[in-house]
Amino acid sequence: MSGFKRSLHLLVQYPSAALGLAIILLLAALAIYAVLSMPLAEAVRLWRAGEGVWQDTPRNAAPAWLNGLRREKLPVTQVFDSRLQPESKTVHLLGDGLAEVRIVFPVDYRYDGFPQEVAVFVTARFQQARPHAAMYWITPDGREIPVADSSLRSTETFRLSQDARLTRRLRGQPAEVGLLADPNAPDLRPLKGIHQLVIDGLVFEEGADIDAKLVVYGQLHGWAGTDHQRRDITVALLWGTPIALLMGLAAAVGATLSTMLIAAIGAWYGGWVDGLIQRITELHLILPVLPILIMVGTLYNRSLVVIIGLFVLLSVFSGGIKTYRAMFLQVKASPYIEAARAYGASHLRIVFRYMVPRVLPVLLPQFVTLIPSFVFLEATLAVLGLGDPLLPTWGRVLWEAWGNGALFNGHYYWVLAPSALLLLTGLGFSMLGFTLDRVFNPRLRGM
Amino acid sequence: MASSDAPAPEVRAAARGVAPPGVPWRLVRYTLGRLTAVFITTVIGVYLTILIANMGGHVDEIRRATIRESLAISVGMAPEFQHLTPAERRQLVEELAAVQYKRLGLDQPFLIRSFRYLANALTLNLGRAEQLTSDSGSSQVRLILLERLAPTLLLTATSFLILFFVSLFVALGLSRRYGSFLDRLSVALAPLSAGPPWFYGIFLILIFAAVLRWLPFGGMVEAPPPPTPGAYFLSLMKHMILPVSSIVLSSLFIGIYSWRTFFLIYSTEDYVDMARAKGLPARAIEGRYILRPSLPFIVTSFALSVIGLWGGSIILEQVFNWPGLGRLFYQATQVFDTPIIVGNTIIYAYLLAITVFVLDFVYALVDPRIKVGAEGRWP
Repeated sequence: MSGFKRSLHLLVQYPSAALGLAIILLLAALAIYAVLSMPLAEAVRLWRAGEGVWQDTPRNAAPAWLNGLRREKLPVTQVFDSRLQPESKTVHLLGDGLAEVRIVFPVDYRYDGFPQEVAVFVTARFQQARPHAAMYWITPDGREIPVADSSLRSTETFRLSQDARLTRRLRGQPAEVGLLADPNAPDLRPLKGIHQLVIDGLVFEEGADIDAKLVVYGQLHGWAGTDHQRRDITVALLWGTPIALLMGLAAAVGATLSTMLIAAIGAWYGGWVDGLIQRITELHLILPVLPILIMVGTLYNRSLVVIIGLFVLLSVFSGGIKTYRAMFLQVKASPYIEAARAYGASHLRIVFRYMVPRVLPVLLPQFVTLIPSFVFLEATLAVLGLGDPLLPTWGRVLWEAWGNGALFNGHYYWVLAPSALLLLTGLGFSMLGFTLDRVFNPRLRGM
Repeated sequence: MASSDAPAPEVRAAARGVAPPGVPWRLVRYTLGRLTAVFITTVIGVYLTILIANMGGHVDEIRRATIRESLAISVGMAPEFQHLTPAERRQLVEELAAVQYKRLGLDQPFLIRSFRYLANALTLNLGRAEQLTSDSGSSQVRLILLERLAPTLLLTATSFLILFFVSLFVALGLSRRYGSFLDRLSVALAPLSAGPPWFYGIFLILIFAAVLRWLPFGGMVEAPPPPTPGAYFLSLMKHMILPVSSIVLSSLFIGIYSWRTFFLIYSTEDYVDMARAKGLPARAIEGRYILRPSLPFIVTSFALSVIGLWGGSIILEQVFNWPGLGRLFYQATQVFDTPIIVGNTIIYAYLLAITVFVLDFVYALVDPRIKVGAEGRWP
């Protein structure tokens, strides 16, 4: 343990290693937070985005913290629900089952930009006779704009922004602009103050009722914004962290350990075993690993575990074997191995107990540098559309951003957030790995 | 291939006058040996690819189902079979399908078929694509692949050459100025190479195409293509800047870092000190005592990185809409065009094999052991 402490102390003296370690710890903390704050099943459910999961979030909205950098504040989403705010609903019984239901949502609008969309979701409870509802928008300066007037089914959605008749009534402006715009301003700008949506409902039966939800979709949302399917990208960024770290770690352990063991066995037994391993290594150079992965992903299975497992399997005989072999050949000639032979240790005992442990510290840097390459491999496969169909990962976010022209349409946040996390992971591990290499490789020390 | 490649180095070696007699023959023997070895490994590699592609006869199942379905449709549509009962019709489809299986060799055991596939693959007789066609309209997989080969080669060869020479000269320069600001900067930048080419491609597109609007988002030439060759060339160059830069960026810093370290290690050797003490000019020391002995290792490490980059260029082409093999691969996976997917994988196996062979050959040219004949690596 003191040896570990000493090497840690030695490492921290290198600024790049300290920075790398800090980044890795930060990512680990993020991963732990993700796992604790949301179970995987919930993350997958949110990411699969079934009916109604992301009803209240805007489409392609930038992160909300951008408002801190802007002089002209852009709106964030405001949601009003008469079931959650019972004070917004008043019921007048008129007798004979007839009742007036009045729902008033006060929209306190203080932003400099217009919302992305305005929608009203109405649910009605009734047996036979369909209730009726009329909606008005009352601006702070007292204008009253009729918005909708219809009899209701059990669920009814009024996407005001897509209502062509309303747009015509607002002189060609879509609802989110026409309802909120200041009529006296020379340019188009929202009228700040308390707007009101009034829903005047009429129910015709005993026990019938109306509830409504008004969503004024903002242009900004959450920590990371939303994508084209209204999903909050934060979910994928958060849960992508443990997935990326776990996968990188597991795959790197699998790849380095198996490669090293095979190199050790080849170096120890020599002869035809060694020759065979060397030939397979040469064969591996010619095997198009990524195309094979893509082929398997297309034809058989897209599960991340299968693809990464196959990649580890295919990279067992990678070029690294030659490096390890050279090290093991040196170790093989050292006197303590001879001593082990003298007391009659078996071949496997020598390989596992004496040769492998000796080389492990030298392999640590390579192992650490290998982790980000697996994290990027996931992203690579995802960018090719072969990502795991269920899991929310950074690569999938990137792929979807790419496929939907995020850069072309100026949704930079959509690409930047997952890339920044990928880059951070890559930098963190490789900075640490490089320094470890310099510490453990005496020839490189001081260079 | 060996006969056309071998004479050049012989002539060069002889002209330099450094080689003792009998060297060209050794070089030829080495080249032939490597060629055989690479060929054998390619055959095994392609065979493995076919095995994976056909794992458990999946591909055959798909082909059988496709045949049966198309036959069922044509039998169902044909007026002359209208009077048949459904059972009779089904039997007719089965009979016709059996003929088709026999024609396509699907009735033979997989082992025999796999060797037939292997022979076809090695001669690039890759069959017909299911959905995609070449720009000239052919659905021959070979023609489609050959059409896409040129852009891929153009992109990757340019990047590899730039990468090799820039890394080499920058690394040499830095090892001369060991400890300077630039030197420390290059060490600090080395971890940046953790990202694959496409990753830097996204950043470059963001900066130079989306924000600054200086360079195109992707593609190989403008649409419509410029009429004159000069304008075409200029447009091609303009479209190549970003993809080539991403490949170079993704491997440049790690290359510079490791080669510089190599040069530093070699420049602390005793014979270099000796040469300095003799008062040899710095250029001569660098060329003859530092660069020369480290060249074989440099070629090997470059070879390994090039092999890694072949895979990376698949996605790079997709990101940059470059009409090469990688983009074709992506398109084929989108529509499950199995013949193209398998053919593309095989083409990549070939490209890797050729890369390995060419680099082996360069290795033979720079490795004194093969020239002087202390010990050949193979056979």
